[in-house]
Amino acid sequence: MITKTLLRALDGKALWVLAALLLIAIAVPASNLALPSGHPLRVPDHFVPLLGKYLTYAMLALALDLVWGFCGILSLGHGAFFALGGYAMGMYLMRQIGDRGVYAHPILPDFMVFLNWKELPWFWYGFDMFWFSAVMVVVAPGLLAFVFGWFAFRSRVTGVYLSIITQAMTYALMLAFFRNDMGFGGNNGLTDFKDILGAPIQAGTTRAALFAASAVALGLCFLVCSAIVNSKLGKVLVAVRDAESRTRFLGYRVERYKLFAFTASAMMAGLAGALYVPQVGIINPGEFAPANSIEIVIWTAVGGRGTLVGPIIGAVLVNAGKSWFTGLFPEFWLFALGGLFVAVTLFLPRGIVGTLADAWHAMKARHRPASLEEGSPRPPKGSARMDPSPAE
Amino acid sequence: MSDRQTLLYLDGVSVSFDGFKAINNLSLIVGHRELQAIIGPNGAGKTTMMDIITGKTRPDEGEVFFEGAIDLTRLDETAIAELGIGRKFQKPTVFESHTVWDNLALALKKPRGVFSTWFYHPSQEDVARLDEILDIIRLRPRRDALAANLSHGQKQWLEIGMLLAQDPKLLLVDEPVAGMTDAETVETAKLLKEIARTRSVVVVEHDMSFVRDLAARVTVLAEGSVLAQGSLDHVSADPRVIESYLGR
Ligand SMILES: Nc1ncnc2c1ncn2[C@@H]1O[C@H](COP(=O)(O)OP(=O)(O)OP(=O)(O)O)[C@@H](O)[C@H]1O
Ligand SMILES: [Mg+2]
Repeated sequence: MITKTLLRALDGKALWVLAALLLIAIAVPASNLALPSGHPLRVPDHFVPLLGKYLTYAMLALALDLVWGFCGILSLGHGAFFALGGYAMGMYLMRQIGDRGVYAHPILPDFMVFLNWKELPWFWYGFDMFWFSAVMVVVAPGLLAFVFGWFAFRSRVTGVYLSIITQAMTYALMLAFFRNDMGFGGNNGLTDFKDILGAPIQAGTTRAALFAASAVALGLCFLVCSAIVNSKLGKVLVAVRDAESRTRFLGYRVERYKLFAFTASAMMAGLAGALYVPQVGIINPGEFAPANSIEIVIWTAVGGRGTLVGPIIGAVLVNAGKSWFTGLFPEFWLFALGGLFVAVTLFLPRGIVGTLADAWHAMKARHRPASLEEGSPRPPKGSARMDPSPAE
Repeated sequence: MSDRQTLLYLDGVSVSFDGFKAINNLSLIVGHRELQAIIGPNGAGKTTMMDIITGKTRPDEGEVFFEGAIDLTRLDETAIAELGIGRKFQKPTVFESHTVWDNLALALKKPRGVFSTWFYHPSQEDVARLDEILDIIRLRPRRDALAANLSHGQKQWLEIGMLLAQDPKLLLVDEPVAGMTDAETVETAKLLKEIARTRSVVVVEHDMSFVRDLAARVTVLAEGSVLAQGSLDHVSADPRVIESYLGR
C-alpha cells in the first residue's frame, strides 16, 4: 500500500524535480571542491552556503504551500516552526563547542557562564547527541503545531482569524526567546559554532556537504508532499480548502485532516530551519519576527501556490533578487518586496508556475478536438484567490 | 419511538434565529424505505429542518432520534454523516476544482481516517461501483471534466450521485430539480423512487408536477411546523394549505 502510494507520487513531473535536485546536490559541491579557484565554472566559496540557504527557504515555502495552497490554511506563523528547528540544531552546535568557548567552561555555553548560571537547564539535556537533536528538530515544531492546531481547528477557527493567531504565536515566541532567562541566549541567540558531527563548520567540505544535505532534504520533502497531494488524502485537503463544510457532510473529520497537514508542514519547516542554521552560522530570536513569516507567504505566492514546484521557484527567485537588490539599494528592499507582492496579486494571481501551467494547458487545448477541451485538468479558478477564507 | 418502522423521529423541535422562530414545535416521522415529499412556501423552514437533522443547526428544544435510540442533537455533522445520513444541498455544492470522478470517489463509502485515505487505492469493486453511478447519473462522458464546468442540472445530478456513493440509510434531498429540463425532472423522480426501494428518502421540492410524479406521502410545512400530511391530492384540497400558499 505504502509503496504504491510512493510510486504514485513519482509521476513524471516529480521525477524531473527530483532528478534536478540530485544533479544540483552533486554538481555544486563537485564544482566548488574539484575545480581550481579562478576556473569559470567553479562555484565560488561564499556561494555554496548562500545557495544552500536558498534551498532551505525553498523547503520552508514548500511546507507552507502544503497547508496554504492545498488546504486553505494561511499560516502567518510558519517562521516559528523554522526557527524552532533552527534552535534545536543551534543547541546541538553550541554543545559541540565544549570547552573551546571564551570562558572555556567544559559544559556550559558562554552565554550561560556570562549569566552566572551554575548548571545546564534540563531542556538542554540530550542536545550533545546528534541523533537526539535531529529528532528534536522535527518533534519540537511538530508538537507546537499539533497542540496549536488541536485547539484552533477543533474550535473551527478559520480564515483571517486563524492567520492572525498564527501571527500572534510567532510574535509571542519571539518575545519569549528575546528574554535571557529563557535559556536560549536571549538577544544574541546561538552562534560561534565550531563543528558539526566532528567536522569543522567553516570548512569547504563541510559547507559542500551541508549544501548537498539541503538539496537531498528538499527532495525528500518534495516526495512526501507529492505523495500527499497525489493521493485521495490530497483530494480531501483540496475539498476542505474549497468547501470545508461540504466535506464534513461527507463524513470527513475536517479538523483531523487540517491537523495532519499543519503538523507535517511544521515538521518540514523545522527540518529546513535545522539545515539553515549551520550554513548561516547563527540563530537568534529575529527569526521569529512576524515579517519573516509574511515573506514566506510572498515567496509562495510569487512562485504559485497550489503547485509543488511553484514555492521552490518562488523562494529561490525572490531570495536571489533580495541578495542582488540589497547589494545595490539596501534601504529599499522592503518596498520592492511589497511592490512585488502587489504586482503578483494583481497580474499573476496564480504565480509564475500557475500562470505558465495555464498557458501550457490553453495551448494544448487548442490543438485538441473541442469535445475533449473541458476534460483537461485545468487548475482550479479558486486558487487564484489570495484571501484565506474558505469558499463558503 | 422504539417503533421498528421508524428511521427518523423528530418531536417538538423548535429553533429560533434572533427571536424569529424558523422551526416551531415540529414533529415528523420518516419510516424505513419511505419516500416522503416535503412542500411549503418559501421560508417555511424546510432547509432549516435538514440543518437540524444533519447537525448543522442545534435545536433550542425538542428531540431528534435516528434508528430509535441515537440522539442526533448530540452529534456533529461528521458523526451524523457517518451514521448514514446523506444530504444534497439546495444550492448544489460539489467540489468544483475536482473532476466528476474525484467528486464521486471522495463520496464513496470508505474509511474516512487520514491515513486510510492517504494509502487508499481503489479496488476493482470501487471502480465498478463508481462506473455504475456514472451511468445512473448520466455523466459518464463527463467523467474527467471539472465539476466547475458542469451545467446547473448536471451539478444536481452529480450531487445525487455523490449521495448514492455515500450509500446512506437516509437521503435528504433539498430541491433536486431546480435548473433541470422537464425531461430531466421526470428522470430524477424515477431515480429517487428507485432509490427509495432500498432506503429512506426525504425530498423537498416546489415543483408540483415533480412531487406528483413521486407519488409519495406529502408533508406540508408552514411557518416552522407541520400543516398537513397525506397524499398530494389530499393536502392540496386542504383549505389551510391553500391559504398558507395564497396568503403570502
Ligand atoms: N442561519 C440563519 N440565521 C438567521 N435566519 C435564518 C437562518 N437560517 C434560516 N433562517 C430563516 O429561517 C426561515 C426558514 O428558512 P429556510 O431556509 O429553512 O426556509 P425554506 O423552507 O427552506 O425556504 P425555501 O423554500 O426558500 O428554500 C427563513 O425566514 C430564513 O430567513
Ligand atoms: Mg430551502
